[in-house]
Amino acid sequence: MAITYGTGVPESKATSSEEFDRRLRRRRRSEFIFACLGLLATSVGLFALAILVIDLAMTGLQRLDVSFFTNYPSRRAGQAGILSAWVGSLLVTIVTGLVGVPLGVSAAIYLEEYAPTNWMTNIIEINVSNLAGVPSIVYGLLALGLFIYGFGTGRSILTAGLTLGLLILPIIIVATREALRAVPSSLREAAYGVGATQWQVTKDHVLPAAMPGVLTGVIIGISRALGETAPLVTIGALSFIAFLPPSPITLEFPFISFAWLFEGFTVLPIQAFNWVSRPGHDFQTNAAAAGLVLLAITLLLNGVAIYFRYRLRKRLQW
Amino acid sequence: MVAHVIPQPLSTLETRDRPVNQISEFKFSVPVSTHEPAGRSVKVSAKGVTVHYGDKQAIFPLNVEIADKSVTAFIGPSGCGKSTFLRCVNRMNDMIPSCRVGGQLFMDGANIYDKSVDPVRLRARVGMVFQKPNPFPKTIYENVAYGPRIHGLSRSRGELDEIVKTSLEKAGLFGEVKDRLHDSGTGLSGGQQQRLCIARAIAVNPEVILMDEPCSALDPIATAKIEELIDELRENYCIIIVTHSMQQAARVSQRTAFFHLGNLVEEGETTQIFTNPRDERTQNYITGRFG
Repeated sequence: MAITYGTGVPESKATSSEEFDRRLRRRRRSEFIFACLGLLATSVGLFALAILVIDLAMTGLQRLDVSFFTNYPSRRAGQAGILSAWVGSLLVTIVTGLVGVPLGVSAAIYLEEYAPTNWMTNIIEINVSNLAGVPSIVYGLLALGLFIYGFGTGRSILTAGLTLGLLILPIIIVATREALRAVPSSLREAAYGVGATQWQVTKDHVLPAAMPGVLTGVIIGISRALGETAPLVTIGALSFIAFLPPSPITLEFPFISFAWLFEGFTVLPIQAFNWVSRPGHDFQTNAAAAGLVLLAITLLLNGVAIYFRYRLRKRLQW
Repeated sequence: MVAHVIPQPLSTLETRDRPVNQISEFKFSVPVSTHEPAGRSVKVSAKGVTVHYGDKQAIFPLNVEIADKSVTAFIGPSGCGKSTFLRCVNRMNDMIPSCRVGGQLFMDGANIYDKSVDPVRLRARVGMVFQKPNPFPKTIYENVAYGPRIHGLSRSRGELDEIVKTSLEKAGLFGEVKDRLHDSGTGLSGGQQQRLCIARAIAVNPEVILMDEPCSALDPIATAKIEELIDELRENYCIIIVTHSMQQAARVSQRTAFFHLGNLVEEGETTQIFTNPRDERTQNYITGRFG
């Protein structure tokens, strides 16, 4: 239904003046101009993304079949696959999550709920926010010095996971703190009121209420880790690898093996980069296909997170 | 047959809907509670309690004795310190970093601000109901069961069920929610949520219940229910209620304390405060001249 302005309403002195009419026309015009600019800005982003995806798909989609996922890289582009790369990405991401999420969430809880507000906490807060903007190559250099030369963890999945875990730490801390801060103080008071300790208030009430926001931070962090290349190249990820790390589950007692942590690895973005830098059209196709897989994994992860967030929010009705 | 005088509940509707402009007559028609047990013992007593928020003093040295098994109302204009003092009684003010409490506050003769007192233990004895209903975003059952569970008040699931049931019954809510104990507590109406919060407080089996304007977010019908409930609960608990409604103070309390600018101006029998206040400021406030 069209809304008509200024009809049927008895005009007051102020609204019937010519000055008011002129101003109103100008106000409506500037509103219209902003709406147009906003639409333009939105479509630029969407358009660029669409072009990117379509271009990748047109080059790479033909290459996506089962053998692409089950083959090791090869000198012949037609037989090359991403088996070692996606397994590497998966394992590195798992270690990254196991390192980054508990550390980040715990640190955020401490900073937000426990730490006294003083200049020390303020400095820590500013530094954590700044860490989120440190170039990833710097983390690679840090890991090279600390983990490989310092702790001797080698060019392994463990080193990669630790490095990326540190990389996503500030992202998770910042997101978790925001989420904790958004929990209404009335909920904390309610829990303290029945005699809960601070830890009980946090784990039973505040953290569950903040969970959707925490999850958002975790996913942004993991997605970022999944696409990282520079720090992994710095710590010596391999680019051509024709074997898988040993299985974490073994047939002999104790049935669990951690040997895979200390194996060399490659990840999807490194594999894609490696293919892109080779001459020949066929390898470009492989790179595009690997890019598509990476994109799909990221979208899938985001989808899973959005689903869980939706489920959690539905359970948490205010 | 001996005629038995049934005590009238204080929350009769005659005073509730009285228009504000009749407030000056109101003090002559205060419903007087006639069934007060004589010689109530003192449950909470303050000796020179002061509260500072940073440099600002919110409460000036305050002395008061609050009786057990009765309702004491704190009235006064906004910012007069009544809520601040209420939050001293369960040490809720400990949460505010800039807040400092001085003086001594005794419960059953022991200073609750003594170093040896654990505020968690204190809050198990002093329950609190807040201004805005704040049930946990969990099920009705979980809302009530949480306190008893963390304090280990039940040894089995059956015992816990029993605590939840009797607490909801005491809060006058069981009949309305017995078929949906496992629905979310936040799905209830405002008045039901507030009674759920009362059930949550009494489930821990406290001795004192603090109520910080428990009806200010509720409609008159829900308010009437809460007031009836308060009147029933005073048989077993020491209840302190902060309220902005003088009618409510008159309806539910036996004693009333009037706060003004961080001072406890006057404390006494509710009837006396509303019919024959000693201090001019009390007189002015209850007749609506300021506040």
